[in-house]
Amino acid sequence: MTSEAPATKDVKLSCRNVWKIYGETPAQFFEAGNGAVDSPVALAKTISTSDHIVANADVSFDVHVGEIFVIMGLSGSGKSTIVRCISRLVEPTAGEVLLDGEDVLKKSDAELIEIRRHKMGMVFQSFGLMPHLNVIENIAFPLKLQGIGERERYAQAERVIELVGLQGRESNFPNELSGGQQQRVGIARSLAVEPEVWLLDEPFSALDPLIRKKMQDEFLRIQSVLHKSIVFITHDFQEALRVADRMAIMRDGAIVQVGRPVDLILNPVDDYVREFTRDVSWESVLCAADVAEAADSPLKGLGRVAADTPIDSLLGYLGENAEGVAVEAADGSVIGVARAADVVRALANGCDTTPAEVRR
Amino acid sequence: MWERFDRAFYHWFAIVLITLALIVAQPHFNWMATYPKDLIVPFADWLNAIMDWLVDYLGWLFMGASWLLEWPIKGVRLVLQALPWSVTGFLFCLVAYIASGWRLALFTLTSCLYMVIIGYWPESMNTLSLVAISVPMAILFGFGLGVWAFYSRRAERAIMPLLDILQTVPAFAYLLLILMLFGFGTVVGLIASVLYSFPPMVRNTIVGLRRVPAEVIESGLMSGATGRQLFWQVRVSNSKRQLLLGVNQATMASLSMVIIASIIGGTADIGWEVLSQIRKAQFGESLLAGLVIALMAMVIDRVTSGLATRSGDYEKRNRSQSLRHNKVLIACCGFVAFYVLAKFIPALEVWPRELEFSPARGMNESLTYLIVNFRTEIETIKTLAFFFVMLPTKIGLQGSVSPFTWGFELQTWHSLSYAAAMTLIGAFCAYRVNTHVAIFVLLFAIFFYFGLTKMPWPALLLIYSFSAWRIGGTRLGLGTFFGLGFIVVTGIWPEAMLSVYLCSIAVIISFILGAGLGIWAAGNDTVSTILRPINDTLQTMPLFVILIPFVMIFKIGEFTALLAIVAYAIVPAIRYTEHGLRNLPEGVIEAAQMMGCSNRQMLWSVKIPLALPVMMLGLNQTIMYGIAMLVIAALVGTNGLEQIVYIGLSDGNFGVGLIAGMGLAIIAMIADRTTQAWSRKRQSIVEVRIW
Repeated sequence: MTSEAPATKDVKLSCRNVWKIYGETPAQFFEAGNGAVDSPVALAKTISTSDHIVANADVSFDVHVGEIFVIMGLSGSGKSTIVRCISRLVEPTAGEVLLDGEDVLKKSDAELIEIRRHKMGMVFQSFGLMPHLNVIENIAFPLKLQGIGERERYAQAERVIELVGLQGRESNFPNELSGGQQQRVGIARSLAVEPEVWLLDEPFSALDPLIRKKMQDEFLRIQSVLHKSIVFITHDFQEALRVADRMAIMRDGAIVQVGRPVDLILNPVDDYVREFTRDVSWESVLCAADVAEAADSPLKGLGRVAADTPIDSLLGYLGENAEGVAVEAADGSVIGVARAADVVRALANGCDTTPAEVRR
Repeated sequence: MWERFDRAFYHWFAIVLITLALIVAQPHFNWMATYPKDLIVPFADWLNAIMDWLVDYLGWLFMGASWLLEWPIKGVRLVLQALPWSVTGFLFCLVAYIASGWRLALFTLTSCLYMVIIGYWPESMNTLSLVAISVPMAILFGFGLGVWAFYSRRAERAIMPLLDILQTVPAFAYLLLILMLFGFGTVVGLIASVLYSFPPMVRNTIVGLRRVPAEVIESGLMSGATGRQLFWQVRVSNSKRQLLLGVNQATMASLSMVIIASIIGGTADIGWEVLSQIRKAQFGESLLAGLVIALMAMVIDRVTSGLATRSGDYEKRNRSQSLRHNKVLIACCGFVAFYVLAKFIPALEVWPRELEFSPARGMNESLTYLIVNFRTEIETIKTLAFFFVMLPTKIGLQGSVSPFTWGFELQTWHSLSYAAAMTLIGAFCAYRVNTHVAIFVLLFAIFFYFGLTKMPWPALLLIYSFSAWRIGGTRLGLGTFFGLGFIVVTGIWPEAMLSVYLCSIAVIISFILGAGLGIWAAGNDTVSTILRPINDTLQTMPLFVILIPFVMIFKIGEFTALLAIVAYAIVPAIRYTEHGLRNLPEGVIEAAQMMGCSNRQMLWSVKIPLALPVMMLGLNQTIMYGIAMLVIAALVGTNGLEQIVYIGLSDGNFGVGLIAGMGLAIIAMIADRTTQAWSRKRQSIVEVRIW
């Protein structure tokens, strides 16, 4: 299902055929917790007709080192369950969750606690702050659980407080903070233990739109400093586009499509995905390389642009110059030529090619 | 209009006909009027036999436990008695200040001074020492059970009914059990109060732990909490406020039970003081001692609830840290200072007898004056209430209307016109309002004519079970049937009906008055501000104390009991009505305003229907309060089950007392479940979520 096969050493976190079934005896459908079945769709149908609920069906994806991997889906699509399966807040029914090549699901309770203390951090939609602890105590809470001394943990907490920009708020209690500030505390707390994998479960969904935009920028800034491997859950496609390196779209507990945002926009696998991509302002997502066609004529005299130039900045030029523009890669070699017609074709992807409006 | 006559109506109509048939048949079948003696199942004897066996074979175990428990009580008592009152009083005031501030500290100071000057300090300390031991025990026990029930569904299913039983079976019924097992002494009060006060702690523990948001738990887990860390640092820390609320309720319950348990005597505490003064008919003294209890209850309540709410508003860290040190320092300094001072000024150590001041004599004299001079008025009130309300409800119009009471003989044409009038009203209701009201009117007319205690028991059993089934479904219906069946076969049905009669009159009066006051208070802030402290006081007042003023004026009897019950049970009626009316969805009110509702329409067609579920819960609480007070009211002479319970206690007949106690508990539980089911039904209709 994945669009590319990256080198294994780059993979930080990997879900392999993860299933989560709710019901009386969910284990009956799998042999020894093995989630790799021949036809997942048929199995999911069998399960839901026998009084069980399929929350996740055969979910597989990889998260690479330093990558922001977004899982997008409507409510009830199983995206919150899958992130909880990764952290084992919810115990998956079958499958594997590999962290650095080791199966998290096979870890003992004590090992799991160690993983959570040092390797994973999680941010929650409604923040999950302790109302009886003030900002710095909240942030230092995971460190306190590890038994780190007060001086050291406050010093560490101070560092992340600075990172999220909450200086001066240390002794406030959560109920004295705005939603955005509370989520900064949540973010700081999850970063206090310096995790390698960072799980964010709809971190900005509870915030109002202006604050949300600001927090997304904040988040990207923090990530540009820290380079964590991130699983980011959201139901907001625009948000997914803003933050994602790669993304997966989920429906009914299963992954519909995985890829770079632009792959999803240019090649949606079905109407469900197309529905999301329809309202996207494509020209701001597409870049020159995405629309370039292999050059079949001499390139002489053509203007040149870098591969990652956004299309919207070229629209004016392409309107005036029918022969198009040469797109070159970072090393200076020419990838192809982008013409106005290519742009239109890219934009038109998935649209009816013989619309009723056109009379012959 | 024919669609009004649905299936439920025909069911009800059949019930009315069967009831009438049973009433007609009653004179011909003796077993209908009174359940035959030969068929009574001797549960009481069995219980007594079990009890004898327990005492014979396991007595040593309980006596040993009793001996062990005696020590901590003695210890605390010794400390509280040995410390100069000024030292103890200072510490109380300091705690009050920390809990809530200057005003409470001042109130505590006044209360302490009152206890000292009136001369009841030692007795108060004896009561307090019992509370001081019983509360920690109840809290530990309650917390443990609560945690167990939180983690295990099965445990919860076993524990919850136990709590219901402990809170509804009147204390007098199991005081004797404790007395027989653990022997005479303060331990009885201790165990009774632990048994009575741990249930609220269990409930609050469960609620508190459940209310911790899932994401907080998850964030705790993701922070790498071990099982123990998750429990103490996440679950318990986050439910601190609810837990402290449990502590507050447990403390209040403990205090009230310590007072009630002093009926056994031998404790030299303040409850015993009140009781013995009442028995000696020295009302001034009893009222003064009762006031000590009331003040104590109020201080303890305000302090513990102050601590509970304070834990909810978090203040800046640095300030509270230094304050905490200061508090300990102040406590130590004050302790030493007052202790030393008391050594030099004896009045601060033990208040001298000659400086005690008691207005009791004056109070007694003015009371006598009042009673002598207003005798006719008092008597008139009593007779009116008795002849026109209480007696008809009890034995019906057919029994109570006589030349002596109503001034005329009940003739056949009276009865016939009564029947005709009621049928007409019923028909009118069926036509204009709805058929259920019509049925209600008919049933009420029958009740009022024949009297609750003169109705054949099969008819009442049928009516109660059927109503319960209609309101709460099959389980409640069956439960009611078997519960009341138990009362029938144990032969306590007549007394049970006497309890129901007294309690229902009291509840109806309380609810009508209370709802009226509540409506008034909801629309008028001044009334609300005036009522609130009165309600608070009545609610924290131990039940004994409420009896005192009514006994003083109206002497012993059912009417006094009725007034005392009303005084206590009116509180929830007021509270819930006001709360329900004040917390309505704003959108609906605004919409109604925009439709041009007049104030009256707003109240009757919008607000009250919407607030009805909350008011229903108020009714539920009114009934529960009424039954609680009814049990205590046995002291001033009533005839129902509560009296059997009391007699069982004083005669040492454990079985009889416990059976009667269980009867009361059954009645309480049926009333509770029915009204709750009714409220839930209304809630789902108007789609207002209350909690």
